[in-house]
Formats: sequence, C-alpha cells, structure tokens
Amino acid sequence: MQPAGVAAPLKVDISEKTFRSAEGVTIVALRGLSFEVRQGEFACLLGPSGCGKTTTLRILLGLDRQFSGSYQLPEGGSNRVAAVFQEPVLLPWRTVEQNVRLALSARLRHKDLDRLFEILGLSSMRSLYPSELSLGLARRAALARAFATEPAILFLDEPFTSLDERTADRLRRLLMAVWAARPTTALMVTHNLREALLLADRIIVLSPRPAQVLGIFEVGLSRHLRDAPALDNLVSDFHKTFADAV
Amino acid sequence: MMAKHGSEKRDRAGLRTWSASHSVRSALPAATSLASLLGLGLLWGMVAGMWPSRALPPPLEVWRVLLKEAASGDLVYHLAMTLWRVAAAYAVAMIVGSVIGVLLGRHRRADSFFNPWLVLFLNLPALVVIVLAYIWFGLTEAAAIGAVAINKIPNVIVTMREGARALDHRYAEMATVYRLGQLDYVRHILMPQLQPYFAVASRSGIALIWKIVLVVELLGRSNGVGFQIYLYFQIFDVAAILAYTLAFVAIMLLIELFLVQPLERHATRWRRRSA
Repeated sequence: MQPAGVAAPLKVDISEKTFRSAEGVTIVALRGLSFEVRQGEFACLLGPSGCGKTTTLRILLGLDRQFSGSYQLPEGGSNRVAAVFQEPVLLPWRTVEQNVRLALSARLRHKDLDRLFEILGLSSMRSLYPSELSLGLARRAALARAFATEPAILFLDEPFTSLDERTADRLRRLLMAVWAARPTTALMVTHNLREALLLADRIIVLSPRPAQVLGIFEVGLSRHLRDAPALDNLVSDFHKTFADAV
Repeated sequence: MMAKHGSEKRDRAGLRTWSASHSVRSALPAATSLASLLGLGLLWGMVAGMWPSRALPPPLEVWRVLLKEAASGDLVYHLAMTLWRVAAAYAVAMIVGSVIGVLLGRHRRADSFFNPWLVLFLNLPALVVIVLAYIWFGLTEAAAIGAVAINKIPNVIVTMREGARALDHRYAEMATVYRLGQLDYVRHILMPQLQPYFAVASRSGIALIWKIVLVVELLGRSNGVGFQIYLYFQIFDVAAILAYTLAFVAIMLLIELFLVQPLERHATRWRRRSA
C-alpha cells in the first residue's frame, strides 16, 4: 500500500470568513485561521461547538467560496477529495453498492470493492437500500464511499454523532482499520476530545468563534497502544497544555 | 451459520405468505371495481329498457355497433389516430413543461419574471388556444398537437417547479464533492427527486390531454375519435358516439393498468422495501 498524498501537504490560510445574518448583522466565523496537515497524517480539528469547524470544512470541500484567504489541497491517489458528512447523505433510491460506485471516477467505476466492503462488514448489504440500514450501517456505507474513491485527502465532519457510544466506538475502530489499509491524508472535525485522542496523529486545537488555532497537540503514542488507561493519561496531558480548551 | 441459514429460510417463507396474502388483497379491489362497473351497466340497461329512446340505446346495441365498427376497421383506425395524438401531445407537454418548470424552480429571478406569463397561460381557455393555433398555423397535425400541448404545459410547469424547489441541497453538495458528471447528476440525483412530481403531472395530464384532443379533432381534423363523434352527432347516432367513447376509455384504462402503474411501482421500489 503506497501512502496517498505524496506530493504536498494540506495548507490552509483563511484570513476571514463572515456570515450575514437575516437581520443584516455580520458575524465573523473565522479570522486568521491557518494550519497544515502533513501528508499521510490523520489530523483532527478540535474545538467547541459552533466555533466554525464545519465552516472550515465546507470551504475546503469547495462548497463555500465566499471567504478571503487561500488553501492548497494535497495531490496523489485519484487527486480527488472525499467527505464523510455529519449525516450519511446516501441516495435513498440507490443501493449501497450503487451509492459507492456513483462517487467513483470513470476509471474506477468498476473496480473491485470486495475487500473494502469486507473490512467495513458491509459484504452482505451491498444490494440493500439505505432505508433498510440502521444509522450505524449507513455511516459505514458513507465511509466505504469515501475510501473507495482513493482520495488525495479525506474530510470527516463529526461522522460519529448521534450514535450510541458502543456503535460509535465500533465505527471508530472500523475507520482505523480501513484507514490502515490505505493511509490517506485525513482531516476530521470533532468536539469530542477522547475521539480525537483515539484517532489522530495530531490535534489542531481551535478557539471559540472566530476560530483561530490555539495550538497543536501531538499524540505521540502508537494507535494500537491507545487503550482506556492510556487515553486517560493522554486526556490529562492534553489538559496540562490546553487548560481551558474544550 | 446454521442459525443464520434457518432465519434466512424463515424470511423467505414469510415473504411467500406475505405475497400470497398480498395478491388476495390486491385481487379484492379489482373484483370490487368489476362488480361496480357491471352494476353500472345493469342500471344503464334497466333505464334504457324502461324508457326506450334513440337518445339512450341499451348496452347491447352499443356493443353491436362497436363490433361492427371494429370489423370494418374504422374503429381501430380512428382510435389509433387519437392515441398517437395523445401520445405526441403528452410527450411534448411533459418534456417542455418539465424543463421549464425545473429551470423556474431553480432560478428565483426568472421565476418572478415569468410567473405572470404562467398565470396567463393557466387561465387561457383550451378552446381559444386551439382556434388560434388553427388560424395561425393552419389546419395541420402540428398545430393540433401543439395546441393540446400548450394547454397542458402550464400545469406541468407548476408541478415540476414545486419539485425543483423541494430538491435536497445535501445531495447536490455530495455530487459536488465527489465530482459527479452532469449526466450522472441528472440521472441519479435530479430525476429520482423529481419523480413523484413527474408522476403527479403525468397522471393529471393524460386524462386532460385526451379530452382536449377530442376537441382538436372535432374542430380541425378529418380522423380520430373526436372527428367520428362529431360525425355521429350530426346524424344523431348515440350508440356510435358511446361505442367510440367507451372504446377509448377502455384503452386508457389498459394503459393505466399495464403501463403507468408498473412503471410507477418500479420507480418507487426503494420506498416499498423499506424496513
């Protein structure tokens, strides 16, 4: 497995992003936000709810172009970006497999997906419609879609919200398994510190709105060693550095 | 493994009993409809028997005329002409109406500009459109079909515009992120979301269209069911008028049962299988 994103890291430099509310009041969502994600690295954007994490992601995904600043996406793989949204956003009128294949470029459209479905435990559900899946399974299908595209970078926007803790935990492990099979530069947005400490190589800690980078937390520990007690240690380490964040 | 196999078998058995009871349940309304229609025929026969008149021939008389017209080949010819006009006008109205409707639903400024036009065309009487079409474009097939389509297009626009307004932006964003092509976008994201609206427009459309087609044929064509009804109206042959009308209604019923409904079932299969 060759790592994707060999050419360049993700560079983000957003000088300002504002919203205009219905009453005409201007709200500054982001100001002077800049950070980098190294190639092949799993990074987390950690910040309090409403600090502009999702806004940042929408800008990087090209869904919001009304901002000042610039960003540079990594290259490699299929040279595409992939996203796992807060909701699965599967097309209800297409089967799981059709949903995944639809996201693929013409070159990959007919590629072998057996292994990917197997890792995610979706092998027997390829021909089901999304309405027949539980939320956890739908989230897995959304993960399958993102990884199937062999992206240069993967964006995840709180992909484990509104799941019970057991299902969320199982999904985090599945995410790690599928990520290990093809390490991809990834940026995940979350407000859950333990989740970030479990998954990330580095955590980019954001301030409340307007979001700025407070600092970087390096999770030095190898992923397979991050069991419950180790996570507790990491949490207290984190709080030593960032006393009042999150 | 054994347990899984067993549950699978049970599922399949469950499916079979479900489909069996389902076919009974779907046969029941069909039988009810049939009995209801038979009752209407009997009532008609009774009334025609009590007050014998040329203005209300009994069902058997109509049936005889139907057979005679069918044997001479006239019935099939005129039915076919009407059916082709209905199909052509339907296709034109649905395509043009859908495209305009979706565009208006997506572009608010165009919508507010063209809305008065839409209200105007919605309220234009069918007869006026037909007469003007014949005056401006001559007594041609194209004018006839165009006039019918123009009568239907505003309704299609209104329905499809509603559909375009209700499009879910999350799917469009997913399509942007994963760089879906134009064709894929239309086929997998736009059309499935518009399908229910298309079905509504199509349902209400086809009944309206065939009624207007008869008027068009009456006013300016020399064949079709409308022309034949006009002919028999002049010689006061009610049995023939009813024979042509009922024959065409029967055809429309068959189209509904064997074309429209199966197509709709196919388009909404993902809804019916929901757990």
